Amino acid sequence: MKNPEGEHAEIDLLLETIYQRYGYDFRSYARASIERRIRLFLSNTGYPSVAEIILRIVDDQEFTFHLIHYFSIAVTEMFRDPLVYRAVREKVVPLLRTWPHCKIWHAGCATGEEVYSLAIVLKEEGIYNRATIYATDFNNEALDRACEGIYEMGKLQEATRNYQQAGGKGSFSEYYYARYKAAVMDSSLKERVVFSSHNLASDSAFGEMHLIFCRNVLIYFNRDLQHRALGLFTDSLVHGGFLCLGTKEDLHFTDFRDQYEVVDNKARIYKKKNWP
Amino acid sequence: MRTKETTEPSWPVFHEIVVMGGSAGGFKVFSAILSALPLDFSLPILVVQHLIPGDDGLFYRHLASTIRLPVIEPCDKQWIKHGHVYVAPANYHILVEQNGTIALSVDDKINWSRPSIDVLFESAAQAFGEQVIAVLLSGANADGAAGMLKIKEAGGLTIALDPATAEYPVMPQAAIDSGAADEVLSAEEIGLRLVKLGSYKI
Ligand SMILES: C[S@@+](CC[C@H](N)C(=O)[O-])C[C@H]1O[C@@H](n2cnc3c(N)ncnc32)[C@H](O)[C@@H]1O
Repeated sequence: MKNPEGEHAEIDLLLETIYQRYGYDFRSYARASIERRIRLFLSNTGYPSVAEIILRIVDDQEFTFHLIHYFSIAVTEMFRDPLVYRAVREKVVPLLRTWPHCKIWHAGCATGEEVYSLAIVLKEEGIYNRATIYATDFNNEALDRACEGIYEMGKLQEATRNYQQAGGKGSFSEYYYARYKAAVMDSSLKERVVFSSHNLASDSAFGEMHLIFCRNVLIYFNRDLQHRALGLFTDSLVHGGFLCLGTKEDLHFTDFRDQYEVVDNKARIYKKKNWP
Repeated sequence: MRTKETTEPSWPVFHEIVVMGGSAGGFKVFSAILSALPLDFSLPILVVQHLIPGDDGLFYRHLASTIRLPVIEPCDKQWIKHGHVYVAPANYHILVEQNGTIALSVDDKINWSRPSIDVLFESAAQAFGEQVIAVLLSGANADGAAGMLKIKEAGGLTIALDPATAEYPVMPQAAIDSGAADEVLSAEEIGLRLVKLGSYKI
């Protein structure tokens, strides 16, 4: 690979070109990760340099989407960080119960495992039927898979332990059935879910949410874009609504800390204050 | 500027950065080497140790209780400070940004590991080139060798644990075989070398 300085400049140009031509804005993504993904793309496709990619991008949409795909890290798990779901059960659900209806937004839901996990919790707590759940991502391929709700059997079996640690009240295997080597999620779990495309870098707020899950998405953004996304969440939440971030995403280090109180620090669950 | 963090210096406050990796047998060597470092050690240290499932902060707490320097399990975007040791949290890759902050990611496992040593080393090579000092310790797989080569190519200093003294020699041996190691030293020697590299130069 050539000298880093030249390459940093080329990558700036690449991201600018993608933005100008296709409207996808990766200029404010965390740089180290984006550069890593571009290096991976180069080595998988055999392109010799970033400059060559830029030439291709200008008039090849399919190629560009292939590259953009590398920037969406749709890696997720059922009941990832069980302590988070346990905290939701214990500290968030009791308040969700006090609203006649609750609206939940999973921003950056990837292939949907997190959406099904939370749906299971809501079901077991008896408030699923009062919920409307919006599951969004800018990666439409991942969204399609989320909507299908079909996963590798082995992966689901592995998640059984997480389910139990998350305070699961039934038997995890009740929530899916086997088809060949795959597991199909019980369709009642998506009855109340609306899957739709939404880009946190360019789209606007969603109204009147009671709970927003946005986990392990902000780590891919730089501070400016994080600020934008957190602004969207803050505008979207009702007073007293909850925001749940990834376990290594700390609201305390952002400008928004004064607008929230901490509900559970380890699970990174915050509650929007009534008065700013 | 918007966030609280940006009121801190917006450029790295260190001249050089130490990145270290280990796997099987790494636990002990890490404590041996890092406990040799004095409180006024002047460089930041980033550590990737492959963790056993269910580690749950065990390695981090162990280090924190055995060495003098402050040990941190960082959050995303945290500023890297000299004299601090940053341990990659379980299930996250750790990378460094050119502006002197930490970036975490949940990308797929690399070499069956998350955190992966190659991911840290490659990002360090990319962001800090010749200002990087890389140390590869004991392990039963070759994670880290490719990243170390990148650091060497970028002009950084690379040190492998002497395989003859490693509990699991595969990892440092892989780095040596690929020509990535400038120096091959025992744990004790690595400690002394780091003390020297990281003492304040007047
Ligand atoms: C690592 S996954 C996190 C999945 C899940 N929330 C979890 O924690 O397991 C990150 C997701 O964020 C999505 N993402 C990245 N940038 C986005 C953007 N600008 N708008 C919406 N989603 C985005 C990616 O497509 C990817 O699916």
